[in-house]
Amino acid sequence: MQQFLNVTLTGLAQGAVYSAIALALVLIWRSTRIVNFAQGAMAMFTTYIALSLIEAGQSYWVGLLVALVSGLVLGALVERVVVRPVEGGPELNAVIVTLGLFVGFQALAAILFGSTFVSFPAPFDLRGFTVGGVNIAFTPNSIFVIAAVVVVMLALVALFRFTNLGLQMRASAFSQEVSRLLGVRVGAMLTLGWALAAVVGSLAGVLIAGGNLVSPNYMDAVVVFGFVAAVLGGLESPGGAVVGGLTIGLLLSYVSGYLGSELVALAALVILVAVLLVRPQGLFSHAAARRV
Amino acid sequence: MELRPVTVPLGKATDATTDDQAAVFGVAGVSVRFGGLVALDDVSFSVGPGQVRGVIGPNGAGKTTLFNVCCGFVRPDTGTVLRHGRPVRGLRPHRLAGMGIARTLQGVGLFAGLTVLENVMVGAERHARAGFASTLFALSRSDRDERALRERAERALAELGVESYAARLPGSLPYPVQKRVSLARALAGAPDLLLLDEPASGLGADEMAELGELIRSLTARMSVVLVEHHMDLVMSVCDRITVLDFGRVVADGTPDEVRDDPAVIDAYLGEEATHS
Repeated sequence: MQQFLNVTLTGLAQGAVYSAIALALVLIWRSTRIVNFAQGAMAMFTTYIALSLIEAGQSYWVGLLVALVSGLVLGALVERVVVRPVEGGPELNAVIVTLGLFVGFQALAAILFGSTFVSFPAPFDLRGFTVGGVNIAFTPNSIFVIAAVVVVMLALVALFRFTNLGLQMRASAFSQEVSRLLGVRVGAMLTLGWALAAVVGSLAGVLIAGGNLVSPNYMDAVVVFGFVAAVLGGLESPGGAVVGGLTIGLLLSYVSGYLGSELVALAALVILVAVLLVRPQGLFSHAAARRV
Repeated sequence: MELRPVTVPLGKATDATTDDQAAVFGVAGVSVRFGGLVALDDVSFSVGPGQVRGVIGPNGAGKTTLFNVCCGFVRPDTGTVLRHGRPVRGLRPHRLAGMGIARTLQGVGLFAGLTVLENVMVGAERHARAGFASTLFALSRSDRDERALRERAERALAELGVESYAARLPGSLPYPVQKRVSLARALAGAPDLLLLDEPASGLGADEMAELGELIRSLTARMSVVLVEHHMDLVMSVCDRITVLDFGRVVADGTPDEVRDDPAVIDAYLGEEATHS
């Protein structure tokens, strides 16, 4: 029972981070029909920026804030400069461009920050709570991780549901041509979509790094899990991304806890294949067919 | 085919067209070639304040191309688009709304995933433009914008009698209702010029009559350019009509003048009559 509780709570905290990555992928897919394979690499890069500041004596919170802001800027820059020329073109072009960014950011990070593992601090205690005299795997830092993801998601929901800007972003995602006719600055909306996605990705990068080791490829597995979560949720649906992320977090945690941690990556791919075979439109998408 | 033009006060409006300075919108000497094909050849028309200008012609006459020139989708090889008598340079579709021009799309073109109200709110956007920063930081100005936008959209829906569908998704609604929503969205931005592309397509006779009355009622607030092949509708609502055939203007005048023009009967009415 204690094992089950431990594995479940760990899975929820991990799942919150996968949700954030999945959400970042969904935000970009919805608005530009591009899967951003560089999402993890961009998050890794901004996490290194945070780490540099923290190592230079700044607090964790300054590091987090700067990581989020640099994510915003990086996302906007990447969209405007690199992605804009391939938007609306053949889909393979966008795939190659984001894969190129993925390789490029990893190489740049290795040059600037080194390619060895370095430890990233956590803002809260990493020792588990004690419940009835027993130590469990749920830590104050896990609460912070879940809370941070929840806050950001609520903020995004508020932006999309209750503001004029969010309405324009949703309209642009549904039809760029019609939105343009109605005076919506679609280009700006796409840039903003990429920027917001990169902020969410950066948050995930910093959260998963807390109390762990980082290297230029530490996000690779995380972004794969986030992608599986996004596909599970249907790629179109932000709500689906969140549920998908939590589901994947729990499933992988059970696999790791009961079957062995070496099977986690395999399990993620099995889930991906299973979803694509059984319900390729995902759990939360109404789309009957998806362009591949 | 029986043609029953509604008598409308033409005198003042007709004077306005002859004076290009007073025209709200128009094109002058527009030619468009697609490769070797001449789609439009030296086409000019203008529409005065509160006027309805019809553009008719048989299939392939260049109606759609002319419409696309008006809204910036097609750049003419020669000639200009005129707004308040001045040439518009670099007209692009996304600039229309800012210029006070609304257009509807053939079909309806509603956002499938947004509610009816939200669809119309996007159209009302021109009047509520919060900057990125103020929206991101949720300043009060953005709240006010949001509320004003919602009210404006609700008014536009009510005006077209479809306010009861506000919370629904467009895909689940009957086609004539979707058409009305799409028109409400065009009107929500309070344009002074409305470009209508085949608004009667897919409508029954009753709905078309209602559409005609609606278009007439809009002239208190705006001018209308109506590209349409339903003769009844065009003859009954338009103040002035441009008749295209093979990309050229073969007639330009009031419904009565146009109807009696032998060139028009040749090009269009004759063909229509033999087909129907």
